[in-house]
Amino acid sequence: MPRAGLIFQLFLRSSRVQAKRAVLTVAAIAWGSLSLILMLSFGEGLRTSLVRGSHGLGNGLAILWPGETGRPWHGLPAGRPIRPKIEDVALLSERVPDLAGVAGEIHNFRVSLEHGDNTYPARVIGASFAYGEMRNHIPRPGGRFLNPTDERLQRRVIFLGDELAKHLYGDADPVGTTLLVNKVPYTVVGVMIEKVMMGNYGGSEAEHAVIPITTYKAQFGRETLSNLVVKPKVPAHMKTVLHEVNEVLGAKYGFDPDDDRVFGVWDTVETQKTTLMMVVGIQIFLGVIGALTLIVGGIGVANIMYAVVKERTREIGVKMALGARRGWITGPIVLEGLSYTVLGGLIGLLAATGIIGLLAMLPTEGSDALALLGKPTLSLPIGLGSAAILGIMGMLAGYFPARRAASVDPVETLRYE
Amino acid sequence: MNLSGMFRSSRTEPGHVDGEIIRMERIRKVYDTGKVEVEALRSIDLEVRAGEFVAIVGPSGSGKSTLMNLIGCLDTPTSGEYRLRGQAVSGLDRERLADIRNRRIGFVFQNFNLLPHISSYENVEMPMLFGAVPKRRRKERVEAVLAKVGLGDRMDHKPTELSGGQMQRVAIARALAMEPDILLADEPTGNLDTSSGGDIMSLFEDLWRQGRTILVITHDLALARRAPRVVEIRDGRIVRDEQAAA
Repeated sequence: MPRAGLIFQLFLRSSRVQAKRAVLTVAAIAWGSLSLILMLSFGEGLRTSLVRGSHGLGNGLAILWPGETGRPWHGLPAGRPIRPKIEDVALLSERVPDLAGVAGEIHNFRVSLEHGDNTYPARVIGASFAYGEMRNHIPRPGGRFLNPTDERLQRRVIFLGDELAKHLYGDADPVGTTLLVNKVPYTVVGVMIEKVMMGNYGGSEAEHAVIPITTYKAQFGRETLSNLVVKPKVPAHMKTVLHEVNEVLGAKYGFDPDDDRVFGVWDTVETQKTTLMMVVGIQIFLGVIGALTLIVGGIGVANIMYAVVKERTREIGVKMALGARRGWITGPIVLEGLSYTVLGGLIGLLAATGIIGLLAMLPTEGSDALALLGKPTLSLPIGLGSAAILGIMGMLAGYFPARRAASVDPVETLRYE
Repeated sequence: MNLSGMFRSSRTEPGHVDGEIIRMERIRKVYDTGKVEVEALRSIDLEVRAGEFVAIVGPSGSGKSTLMNLIGCLDTPTSGEYRLRGQAVSGLDRERLADIRNRRIGFVFQNFNLLPHISSYENVEMPMLFGAVPKRRRKERVEAVLAKVGLGDRMDHKPTELSGGQMQRVAIARALAMEPDILLADEPTGNLDTSSGGDIMSLFEDLWRQGRTILVITHDLALARRAPRVVEIRDGRIVRDEQAAA
């Protein structure tokens, strides 16, 4: 029966190793755990920023853009362009109950915006009011996005991207002011908060402006949609919902609901899944690099413990002659290896926490790369995972030298100098 | 203080208390070096009774160290029967042998074999840690045995701060700590000058007079003569077993 108290007492009474060697070993473990924790934390930061980035576009959406039919249908030839109109947004929301939301948008890339002496060429899109919530166009405090009344009354109101607002207004608050859209006055109702965004279509959202889709039709005279944005109630049902959309529009415009050439589709649920898998892959890769570094440290501990066993052969033989059982020889050695590992691990953890804290104070504004890399994040799973790896490694690094110690033959060691 | 009674409960076979300590019958030990088999001991028969003081002598290579290892349960015989205080030792596993060494054998080595980084006190205490002796009993016992060997005032000294003779006294105190059935000393004076060697031998004589069973292995015949019984080994056999006239 192993006696923990005795093993601990024997550990305290075993002779000290050379200080320099112990310090180097602990440093190797500290370095290894520092790399492991930093690598994992960077992976975690990257994941957080990618997830947040994909949320910038909106959650669980598909973007549809109209094309041409790819096959004949009911006597109609292939190659016919299909152009859904503003009214189809209401049609879809009525006919497809599985939709949580649907929005239409019409883009104009060459619109002149004027405020005071500033004139700025920008992209203006006409969009359904539902667009704001679906596409995460969150207004800054003091402003709002477009609402159903704006749309019904064809109000000349405009919602600005944050970068665009800066171009036109500098640091002044645009909300409530009037600006000219191709010489027509509009009231600014809101400015978008800054958001991290991975991927877009048509251009940066920080640089565009949104007006009600009905107002757009009135000013620019176009009612065919550039894009449809749909959001199913259940993200996993995306494929079914997209087919239902095709059935409704196919019945109206005369195309095969199974014709996948009619709409180009960006299924963000699908791409998000891919992104996450990629991130997990990166995390595993980083984790493996970190773990390998740590294992090098672990080999260092095993090495020092082998040396310790060799130096203490006589001591071990004496203890055996005095009646030490196997576990009382091996236990303190495992404990010693483990204590180097734990000490090194703690130092590594402290250093990692410090470095992560310093990095968190670095500004990331102005650097897309830094913004994308995100802040390294030290999460509880990372801590626990690193601790588990350290513990197992420490045990192994002590176990094998201890096994050698247990095989010491007291007869051999006691008689000779 | 009645020290001999302290550990009575851990003893076995009370019928043997005044009887035989060691009984060896037809003990052989063969070392197989791979190519050659070396027969270190050929059919040893030896009996040691409680309270005896035996010197085992013989030139180097005679097999006396092998015999000491077998008696001390550091090694097991190739064949033959060895009973220590009535208990058959031959077939026991490592852990059982460790327990027997701990409780029944007190080793004294030529080179002392004290642990250099801990104090005399802790060295003497070591076997009692293995033997799960409670802390308070350990303290009493360490103080008693160190006083007995005349080092009551050197408890906190480390071995490096002691003379050779003092180190050997600490080693003897350590050997006494668990109240063993037998003190087994291997060339205990080999590393000491004549004067300290004589002192150590006198200490053994004192201990013997107090009723302990002592077995000393030596090649120094002058020292051996101080023991009442001398067993001589040559080429793995006992060639002489003499009881000195009292």
